[in-house]
Amino acid sequence: MSSATKASRIGEELWKTRVDKVNAELVTLTYGTIVAQLCQDYDGNYQEVNKQLEKMGYNIGMRLIEDFLAKSNVGRCANFRETADMISKVGFRIFLNIAPTVTNWTSDNNQFSLIFDENPLADFVELPDDGRAQDELWFSNILCGVLRGALEMVQMQIEAHFVSDVLRGDDTTEMRVSLVRYIEDEMPPDEE
Amino acid sequence: MAVFSLIIINKAGGLVYQREFQPGLRKLSTNDYLVLAGTFHGVHAITRSITPKLPLVATTTNPPIAPTTATTPTPNVTSPSSTSTPTPSSSSSTYTYPNPGIPATGLECLETDKFRLTCFQTLTGTKFLLFTEPTMVNIDVVMKKIYELYADFVMKNPFYQLEMPVRCESFDRNLQGWLRGRT
Repeated sequence: MSSATKASRIGEELWKTRVDKVNAELVTLTYGTIVAQLCQDYDGNYQEVNKQLEKMGYNIGMRLIEDFLAKSNVGRCANFRETADMISKVGFRIFLNIAPTVTNWTSDNNQFSLIFDENPLADFVELPDDGRAQDELWFSNILCGVLRGALEMVQMQIEAHFVSDVLRGDDTTEMRVSLVRYIEDEMPPDEE
Repeated sequence: MAVFSLIIINKAGGLVYQREFQPGLRKLSTNDYLVLAGTFHGVHAITRSITPKLPLVATTTNPPIAPTTATTPTPNVTSPSSTSTPTPSSSSSTYTYPNPGIPATGLECLETDKFRLTCFQTLTGTKFLLFTEPTMVNIDVVMKKIYELYADFVMKNPFYQLEMPVRCESFDRNLQGWLRGRT
């Protein structure tokens, strides 16, 4: 059984049996309000807004990973490909009920893309037409931070950023995820 | 009820939580608990590092272990299956764990005539130490539930600071309530 099918099954099972559901509008409106407020607070400095969203996500991810592990009961992934399937088919599934497509692997298996066919955070959203938001704001940037925080807690340093977003008029919403390194945990293996 | 007490150790070896679940159970001093947590953390790491390792057969397929040299991401254009080629220069890479697909764990269980100490380490490095009667069964079920309660009432409490001592009343309440309900 491939790791993708296995992950799909785990995600499906958890979504059905273990997850408390919440009204989607509540999520969309809450998140939308946060982003709009940040845009206001930072006076339309969208780079800073992106950064803040990423930071918020990072803090969420560090906590959320425990819930993910406690619920899913999965062990450590054998490689980064398996990790990608877990993120898409279990993680996104249980927290947002979506399963972004994992694709565009580099040959060293250290970088992949997540293509979001749907994105509950961005329902009903239209970016402000001040001529800059379309080019500068990554509306769902919190997700990049969530992945970074969550994976850091399981000893993976990654870098994640959006490369396209349907909100900006692109054809797809795509996030690029790169493995920087595996963090050697605890004490370094001593000599002899 | 066969569960005596619970200790939670953060990934740095610091004591973050300690509770008894039997009324009147003799307590150690706070300092003793801190020492216990730190010592266990060290012993746990040692037990993992002394896991016997087998010599790596030259023709064996690569164990799915992360390349330890990943700090400098050299552009690797080889086929996907050869990302972790063992380098002969490092002596540690010529040995492998028995059954390399499963990572080595540390101490999981410690038993005397009077009690059993079960350790569960999460993938994030937090350790849950449960003191029970040696005859108690299904400790893994209890452990899993404790982890879930921890994920809910500690990690999801926005005012809990990560890696700091756990002072969450609702965690205490739910934990005690659930353990009491089991008997």
